Amino acid sequence: MSDAITGPQGGSPLLPEADDLYHPHSWWTRYVFSQDAKVIAIQYAGTALAIGFVALILSWLIRLQLGFPGLATFIGPAEYYQLITMHGMIMVVYLLTAVFLGGFGNYLIPLMLGARDMVFPYLNMLSYWIYLLAVLVLVASFFAPGGPTGAGWTLYPPQAILAGTPGQEWGIVLMLVSLILFIAGFTMGGVNYVVTVLQARAPGMTLMRMPLTVWGIFTATVLALLAFPALLVGAVMMLLDRLLGTSFFMPAIIEAGQRLRYGGGSPILFQHLFWFFGHPEVYIVALPAFGIVSDLISTHARKNIFGYRMMVWAIVAIGVLSFVVWAHHMYVSGMNPYFGFFFATTTLIIAIPTAIKVYNWVLTLWRGDIHLTVPMLFAIAFIVTFLNGGLTGLFLGNVVVDVPLSDTMFVVAHFHMVMGVAPILVIFGGLYHWYPKVTGRMLDARLGQVHFWITFLGAYAIFFPMHYLGLLGVPRRYYETAGLGFVPPSAETLNAFISLVAFVVGAAQIVFLFNLLHSLRHGAPAGGNPWRATTLEWQTPETPPSHGNWGPALPIVYRWPYDYSVPGAPEDFVPQNQPAPIRAGAVP
Amino acid sequence: MALILVLIAVASVAFHLLSPWWWTPIASNWSYIDTTLIITFWITGAVFVVIVLFMAYCLWRFRHRPGRQAAYEPESPRLEAGLIAVTALGIAAMLAPGLVVWSQFVRTPPDAAEVEILAQQWRWSFRLPGTDGRLGAADIRHVGDDNPLGLDPQDSAGQDDVVIDGGDLHLALGQPVKLLMRSYDVVHNFYVPEFRAKMDIIPGMVTQLWFTPSRTGSFDAICNEVCGSSHYAMRGRVVVEDEPTFRAWLDRQKTFSQRAARSTSTREAGLHRPAIDAR
Repeated sequence: MSDAITGPQGGSPLLPEADDLYHPHSWWTRYVFSQDAKVIAIQYAGTALAIGFVALILSWLIRLQLGFPGLATFIGPAEYYQLITMHGMIMVVYLLTAVFLGGFGNYLIPLMLGARDMVFPYLNMLSYWIYLLAVLVLVASFFAPGGPTGAGWTLYPPQAILAGTPGQEWGIVLMLVSLILFIAGFTMGGVNYVVTVLQARAPGMTLMRMPLTVWGIFTATVLALLAFPALLVGAVMMLLDRLLGTSFFMPAIIEAGQRLRYGGGSPILFQHLFWFFGHPEVYIVALPAFGIVSDLISTHARKNIFGYRMMVWAIVAIGVLSFVVWAHHMYVSGMNPYFGFFFATTTLIIAIPTAIKVYNWVLTLWRGDIHLTVPMLFAIAFIVTFLNGGLTGLFLGNVVVDVPLSDTMFVVAHFHMVMGVAPILVIFGGLYHWYPKVTGRMLDARLGQVHFWITFLGAYAIFFPMHYLGLLGVPRRYYETAGLGFVPPSAETLNAFISLVAFVVGAAQIVFLFNLLHSLRHGAPAGGNPWRATTLEWQTPETPPSHGNWGPALPIVYRWPYDYSVPGAPEDFVPQNQPAPIRAGAVP
Repeated sequence: MALILVLIAVASVAFHLLSPWWWTPIASNWSYIDTTLIITFWITGAVFVVIVLFMAYCLWRFRHRPGRQAAYEPESPRLEAGLIAVTALGIAAMLAPGLVVWSQFVRTPPDAAEVEILAQQWRWSFRLPGTDGRLGAADIRHVGDDNPLGLDPQDSAGQDDVVIDGGDLHLALGQPVKLLMRSYDVVHNFYVPEFRAKMDIIPGMVTQLWFTPSRTGSFDAICNEVCGSSHYAMRGRVVVEDEPTFRAWLDRQKTFSQRAARSTSTREAGLHRPAIDAR
């Protein structure tokens, strides 16, 4: 170990020298079976965005049916349930989880921490290829006899594996196999992210000097490693129920007049397993978004994130609490109703650290120097939609208020706002922000503005009014509501309006896709640090960073990641690896 | 951007106030739920407007201009502690009434009349106690073509039970009811928007729910837990009427033993379909 990497905090024994890295020998090992976290990140993000576009098209078809019932004759009830199931599952697991952890995590963790790569590069490569396999198995279910499963993304047994639900024959089996593969692949990546954060930080990069992006991704990964096994167990048991006729989740059942050979199982057990995974999953998606948005706001407001230490503890507190709130998805599930007291209380308590984060974001804007760049627009739009979705969460978390709203369009509007729209706005913001580092070129800002305004205002116009349909009592997962006395004709007008806006918002994503591809060649050259940011990924010797990230010597970290507009400094940002002590901040 | 944020705050409040889409007129005792919901609307609405307007102000007041420098202010423990306290207070103001109402929700009054609901793909059946005021035992083993609810033929308490297979459920105005809900296939959920209350129905167990009808009328009952491809079409009807009308209706319904006698006679007449082999 050379003197160059002995920083103020001393070196870590796991830091690899450039020579220790696995070096690619051919085009195949450099770009396809690559062990470089940056390439794996692009593979992950590319695959996730591709399958995300499939989910977008599914959402168009859903809205076609809801807004204009009967217009699309190829969408019958069975197809409708298949559409909503696949849309939900793809968005939550195969897009959001994969993009934040596999995409942003792989790219940013080593670069932001001053590491040369993930600590287990081979495992990291394997993680992506198993993820790809999981996606392909999922896609295969569209072409299987009977089509994909239409059980709803929650896959509640017994209906998920009985004949009354579409995709009972092949669809559900492929779905469960795909989930099992996804979890196996994710675990390989997840172990990597955690060990890299704990063991491979550059000299001087203490935990409390890590950018909040890394804190968010790190905590989310820990949650995922603890939560996904519950889903794995549920998926394996349901697969056994379906294929071998075991009865983990199956009580005695009469189906179409026939007594089935099931008995003694518990449908509610599956719901507990599912939501023990399902609720942390919300934060697996939200925490990386929290982290990224903190860094975007700080950088583009040229001001340190307000209350960094509180932000870190809020992330950790949310992570811990997220494991004791799962049954708030089950208030009317028939579980012991006295659970309601406990879970309503824990659920509303989690609102406190979450509120702290919102306060600190807006207080970061206070007395800032706000540049309304495209990433900043997305970050601000995130706060608005997340605030809205978080507040409606207080309705649904408060057990008795949830009773009339549960499983209505209010719930659909709530979770789309809080874990659909809000994190996706952060993904866009993050892509506009880091694209210059990944490619060396800027994304076109004018196209970015068009993309932003249509997406943000459109998404708000889709999901805000939708809450009121739920208040009216319009149930979710209804192929059509015709004939329901309590649904007035005006609700159909509103549904048609929502659908029209959804078509426009969906189409606007083509602008983004075009921008992404066009700027690859024609974007303005970005330089190494176009946003004048402090964190390490912007201080690499080359842009895009080459294999090994840092050239001959690792960076040494001297300060926290938020030294913006430090009084007396020559510029309005001080990179983390700049040695001169300009001013001792109040925070390490 | 600042202007748009102001517009979003104003438009959201305006939409809330002017929206023609609001809850259905209540028809049960659960007006407390509506009250809690209104409290939540007020608190969350105020927080939303204040934060969005504050952001709009910051975006306008601290927008980038040449020569502008941001303040350097890492944290402020006092401000953060104050905000935590205010938030905790707001949360408590929503949670406390919520839990009080929930404690009523989970405690069924002892004078509640029992009514059984059987949910199956994709229809509703109902059972009301007969003159003895008790529901007889039932089990999936007894289910057959002429016994769709699976009543135990040996249980004398079940003989006078009123079985409604395919018809509407009638309830007496002002009489608390306790719904005992069962399913023989998948998870369902019984929901009447006007009653506000709902509960899942889980095969293999009995779930329950209570409320007091407070308004006469005829209401849609829907399944509110996805239960297969005809989930959306699984609809029923609940009719709330005053006590004498309800009694008169109840007297016109067939009891379990009457139905059994009738189906025996049809079987003897050779008109009955062969019973499905119950394995």
